[in-house]
Amino acid sequence: MSTRLVALIVALIALATVPYWMPGVYYVNVSSQILFYAIFALGLNILAGYGGLVSLGHAGLLGITAYAVGYMLQHGFGHPVAILTALVVGLAAMALYAVLSLRSSGIGFIMITLALGEIIWGLAYRWISITGGDNGINLHGRPAPFGISLMPPVAFYYMTLVVFLLSFAAVIIFVRSPLGAALMGTRDQPRRMNALGYHVWAIRFWASMFSGLLTSIAAILFVYYNQFISPQAIDLTASAEVLLMVISGGAGTLFGPIVGAALVVIVKSVVSGFIERWNMLLGFIFVAIVIFMPEGLVPGTARLWRAAWRKAGRPSKPTTAKKAEAGP
Amino acid sequence: MSALTISQLSKSFGGLHVTRGVNLDVAPGERRLIIGPNGAGKTTLFNQITGELSPDSGAVKLFGEDITRVPSRRRAHLGMSRTYQIITLFAEDTILHNVSLALLGLSPLRWNPLIALRRQSHIVDAAHEALKRVGLGHIGERPLGQTSYGERRRVEIAMALAQNPKVLLLDEPFAGLSIDERQEVHQLLMAIPRDVTIVMIEHNMDVALEFAERITLLHFGEVIVEGTRAEVVADPRTREVYLGH
Repeated sequence: MSTRLVALIVALIALATVPYWMPGVYYVNVSSQILFYAIFALGLNILAGYGGLVSLGHAGLLGITAYAVGYMLQHGFGHPVAILTALVVGLAAMALYAVLSLRSSGIGFIMITLALGEIIWGLAYRWISITGGDNGINLHGRPAPFGISLMPPVAFYYMTLVVFLLSFAAVIIFVRSPLGAALMGTRDQPRRMNALGYHVWAIRFWASMFSGLLTSIAAILFVYYNQFISPQAIDLTASAEVLLMVISGGAGTLFGPIVGAALVVIVKSVVSGFIERWNMLLGFIFVAIVIFMPEGLVPGTARLWRAAWRKAGRPSKPTTAKKAEAGP
Repeated sequence: MSALTISQLSKSFGGLHVTRGVNLDVAPGERRLIIGPNGAGKTTLFNQITGELSPDSGAVKLFGEDITRVPSRRRAHLGMSRTYQIITLFAEDTILHNVSLALLGLSPLRWNPLIALRRQSHIVDAAHEALKRVGLGHIGERPLGQTSYGERRRVEIAMALAQNPKVLLLDEPFAGLSIDERQEVHQLLMAIPRDVTIVMIEHNMDVALEFAERITLLHFGEVIVEGTRAEVVADPRTREVYLGH
């Protein structure tokens, strides 16, 4: 049995038994947060990591789906209708977002997505009849699939875990697929990909839709977890935060966004209980990552591990090409 | 019917005319060499043929079909492949993956988000075949970043050939190669079957002249000499603007 498989089994067992070994319900809730932020970061990583398109408006997209859930529930619709409608609204918003932002790439793409994110934030703040303005929308209750209420933190955690594992599996399949390879090709050599017969814009568009789907799924979990959505949750800081999750963990890697999400959520939710200036600590951590592991925590740790292995005089595996689809 | 016909092709960047009324008629199976001093507009002409640049006026026809307004990516599907003067490959991937991407570009599979690319044996096998054809079959799993410049040139050619082009455009395939590498690439190009029409830009006249059947000399975006190898070399205008006295 390979080391990787053993690590995967251990990780799965650890995730499945979180409510049993975590010291309290608070930490089970923190685990739920890590998982849905990880889905959010995985969604952004499709664009920023594998597509080379850094979006600074993804929190706005998360907000559209979250507000759609809140709005539908507020108007008396049931959870299934609210969730399905929110997914459709979220994907439609992503399609429009992609059509507008994919007119450019590089700095231009960042600026367009930043502007779109700010527009969505502005609408959430000012379109009071729909969004409740600064007061936001409160939710009452969570769904009860198959008669199992998701109100208890442990039940909600397990639902989030199932959705996370399905989302992660979808990302793995996508990244290893021809479309995933094409997306990475458009990141590295768009001109060459065009000459080889690929429709670069369309590839980026479908990647955006997949990213939007994951963002919408994360949004639904987010809004049901918090039971509340307000403009504060979808501002530029929130977009930057999820981007930092991707970059700090390792953009363009499978596990990087998950590690990044865990880092940010733990510092925000746990360390902040012990250190008043936790924002500063998070800043120092990011600076340290940029200096010592500019490629991100996951690939950086792998690099240091290989170096230590070589230093110890152990024969290391021959270097192979960076396989984003297989890689850490 | 000509393989490639270019009629009155013109392109300007502001006041700079980079292509002026260029006409080119390349027969099927022909080996055409395009020469000219730096800045003559050779690569710009290639970019217009492949659709990466839109001409201001004129037409490009591929086997009689007007493709002037056909998007660049579609031209690959119509049988036009090219290599680049500056190597543009996927440095962090294996050589095999680079060639697989070339094959995938023309396959409907490229839209599939559900299957594993590595398990598509027909793509992987075809990529192996293309690499064997250029003598790189034994290092397919090597990362491109760990290959020599000459090997990368051959990967470029393997990617273009993997697409089974009808018309192959080679932009300085001998650039930066050692004498031995030049000979290897030369032999490789000579082995390309006649059902592939080749148009090549090249400055290395020793190998290029051996390869070319007809030559077109560009100067300031205009065709000033065209003819057989002997005719062009003997023409005093060629000596004046390109070969030197």
